[in-house]
Amino acid sequence: MNPIQKITRRSFIRGIGLASGGLIIACNIPSSDDKNKKRPFNGSTFEPNLFVQLKDNGDLILIASRSEMGQGVRTSMTSIIADEMDADWKLVSVEQAIGHPKYGNQNTDGSRSVRTLYETMRKMGATAKAMLITAAATKWQVEESLLKAENHYVINTSNDKKIFYGDLVKEAAEVEVPENPPLKDSKDFKYIGKGLKSVDGADFASGKPKYGMDIKIPDMKYAAIARCPVTFGTVKNFDKTKALAVAGVIDVVEVPRIKKPFGPLGGIAVIATNTWAAMKGKDALEIEWEYGDNKSYSSESYDKMILENVHKKGKEIRNDGSVNKAFKNAAHIVESSFQLPHLVHAPMETPNATAWVKEDGTCEIWAPSQAPQTARDNVAEYLETEKDTITINVTFLGGGFGRKSKPDYIVEAAAVSKTIKAPVQVVWTREDDIQHSYYHTVSAQYMKGALDKDGNVTGWLHRVAYPSIASTFAPDSGYAAGFEFGQGLINIPYQIDNVRCENGKAPAHVRIGWYRSVINIIQSFSVNIFVDELAAKAEKDPLQFRLDLIGNDRVEESKSGYHFDSAKLKNVLKIAAKNANYGKDLPEGHGMGIAMHYSFFTYVASVIVVSMVNGKLKVHNIHSVIDCGTAVNTDTIKSQMEGAAIFGMSLAYYGKITAKDGAIEQSNYHDYQMLRINQAPKIDVEIINSKEKPTGVGEPGVPPIAPAIINAIYNATGKRYYSLPLMDHGLV
Amino acid sequence: MTTLVINNKEHQLDVDPNIPLLWALRDFVGLTGTKYGCGTGICGSCTILLDGDPIRSCLTPVSLAEGKKILTIEGVENENKELQEVWEDLNVPQCGFCQSGQIISAVALLKENTNPTDDDIDTAMSGNICRCGTYQRIRSAIHKTADLNNSKTELK
Repeated sequence: MNPIQKITRRSFIRGIGLASGGLIIACNIPSSDDKNKKRPFNGSTFEPNLFVQLKDNGDLILIASRSEMGQGVRTSMTSIIADEMDADWKLVSVEQAIGHPKYGNQNTDGSRSVRTLYETMRKMGATAKAMLITAAATKWQVEESLLKAENHYVINTSNDKKIFYGDLVKEAAEVEVPENPPLKDSKDFKYIGKGLKSVDGADFASGKPKYGMDIKIPDMKYAAIARCPVTFGTVKNFDKTKALAVAGVIDVVEVPRIKKPFGPLGGIAVIATNTWAAMKGKDALEIEWEYGDNKSYSSESYDKMILENVHKKGKEIRNDGSVNKAFKNAAHIVESSFQLPHLVHAPMETPNATAWVKEDGTCEIWAPSQAPQTARDNVAEYLETEKDTITINVTFLGGGFGRKSKPDYIVEAAAVSKTIKAPVQVVWTREDDIQHSYYHTVSAQYMKGALDKDGNVTGWLHRVAYPSIASTFAPDSGYAAGFEFGQGLINIPYQIDNVRCENGKAPAHVRIGWYRSVINIIQSFSVNIFVDELAAKAEKDPLQFRLDLIGNDRVEESKSGYHFDSAKLKNVLKIAAKNANYGKDLPEGHGMGIAMHYSFFTYVASVIVVSMVNGKLKVHNIHSVIDCGTAVNTDTIKSQMEGAAIFGMSLAYYGKITAKDGAIEQSNYHDYQMLRINQAPKIDVEIINSKEKPTGVGEPGVPPIAPAIINAIYNATGKRYYSLPLMDHGLV
Repeated sequence: MTTLVINNKEHQLDVDPNIPLLWALRDFVGLTGTKYGCGTGICGSCTILLDGDPIRSCLTPVSLAEGKKILTIEGVENENKELQEVWEDLNVPQCGFCQSGQIISAVALLKENTNPTDDDIDTAMSGNICRCGTYQRIRSAIHKTADLNNSKTELK
């Protein structure tokens, strides 16, 4: 797996290191922002660091620096602090941090919140606890070594005297912040690994959480924006008469296009007294567009073009041994081509933001954002002002999946507010969301494998072509970037002597962006199906064939600090197979499919049971197993894996965004469908018990789902599919 | 003036009679628990009860709701508190955005059918999309609430 590091490094230098899952960005938040000095004290609240506020009545406010979008981060991150602090969870409440670099990296993507902040959050809790113990020792005039903390109390072990945390607030504020407070032994964890319920569960069940669209500011206007159907097209001219005639419409203004990766697309904004009037006004606009170069983009011809590009020699990305020799000496050759369409995130809450550019030049924003600091930077740049004059309040996110990592919709709201000189909430319609996104990329792949006479894989050629995420950030070379190849192309977990990976040309014509599990979806799809094909050709059991192909137990060192361990991959595969009763007879018409993938430093295998009745697919069971190191919140991990299974099924069944003459052809949930409850299978999730450092959770469950379904269909019917969505094959 | 009875409380609204209930509730009454997801009635995020029947508030003009009883997520605690508690207990929501609509649809189902099967649940709930994929837990939560309510009824 060594090639990844090299390429990841290069892509970092090229300045596109924002890739979801591509990099680890170290988070060096000090446990105090004013080290070794006494902490400011307001008389009632002890604040040992940015993440902990202990009140004199014992109430403990913990700060969540990452955005909540359903992955349970407000609970998991704060439970780590509370555990190390030996706090009483019943006394904890969670506050959301604003977007500010003092909190370290706040980009909530790449399945890395717990992974990169686990130790930091532990330290935040341990610091607070150590200071409380020191405070009690001073108060009681005893040796610290006699004291321990337990459930919001400091206890003197020599006489069982105890004192409540709240009663130590004043003394604790006098204590110097320790450099290296001791951390707990994992056997003493009280909350970590225990599946705590969400701190927001009761609110979610009663409609209370404030998402972006739920923010109401006095005198706030509402806006809806018409954008050019073709990416980067501009307004030639427009007539606002009919829009202004809509009751509730106040004004119609032009929004500039800002030529930045996260700049708004620009268009015509209808300002109104309510959301509905703004949307109706937008529909009533008459606009003539200058479509621009991307008008040439039509999926039908483009998909053929990239498919041709993977059938000829491409740019070399990895080359071990000689595939040509392997093919020459092969007993059997297997060749396949794969095609996957663009996808769009379509979170239930469409992009939206509330912005208020005030008279004094400051700006306050409320937005569902996965990247509040990026939003702040971009708004400051747009307003040509100091970053400290911008406040980004992070609301709950009604789903993100990568869409809300791109703050174009936030800069856009700031632009409208600046123009109309009033607070404004810009709401994207579902049609806007589907048609003006940063799309998951479209792809073509070609694979060729060689088997010797004993059915061993001796050669592996894999060519990919897809518009790169890098094209959103830098002039488009037409080729993909290193971090993309590292998501399951060059780092296949198999031991094969002759491996060659190539990249074919695929220029971008829409904005390309991250989408839950990113390029892993594409490369896991082809690799998992192709291995199944090789097993079939070799006439071997698909499970054993995979285990053999992974090869011996080994740990492949990585500069990331996360080393690929082949035994762990084999382990999740074996357990998933066991949980699925692999090898037992299935009912007539049923089939079982296997897939596995290593991504975000996490090992996942899924075994799926399907049946085909009258040519229609039914997915009955999904058995997923995950090894993500230390499981901070077992219930969240299970729910993320359940959700990933449904997410994977949605894209397998229906996921397809196409362009015609530059415009996206789909518009809402009727033609960009989602899986519904009546199609949802039984999903069981097993989490491998591990004491190793935590790795990603939100994304790694997605990549195995679609290929496991394809392999299961093959197992049931003997027919193999190489493209998605399955609705195009008449299967759903 | 339009008079709406929302969660047993009367509201006088000065709105266009054609405005969908969704936007009247959100932008004029200030009840933001009911969500916009698609605006075309296909995602279910905006589901509310109108005289006990689940309807899509994004397609229903306020004029059709005059004189009828509206139940939104904010009023569910007086209608089926157990359901909300079970929802919390089983950690059903992920992002939570669609959950108001899910819960309203579940309230309607459990009023009609005190002991629904998986198929009954699938039929009643298939109009509500959850992009996070909480379907399995939604099924469990409805079963568990039904069991709880039924055991309470037996005790009476």
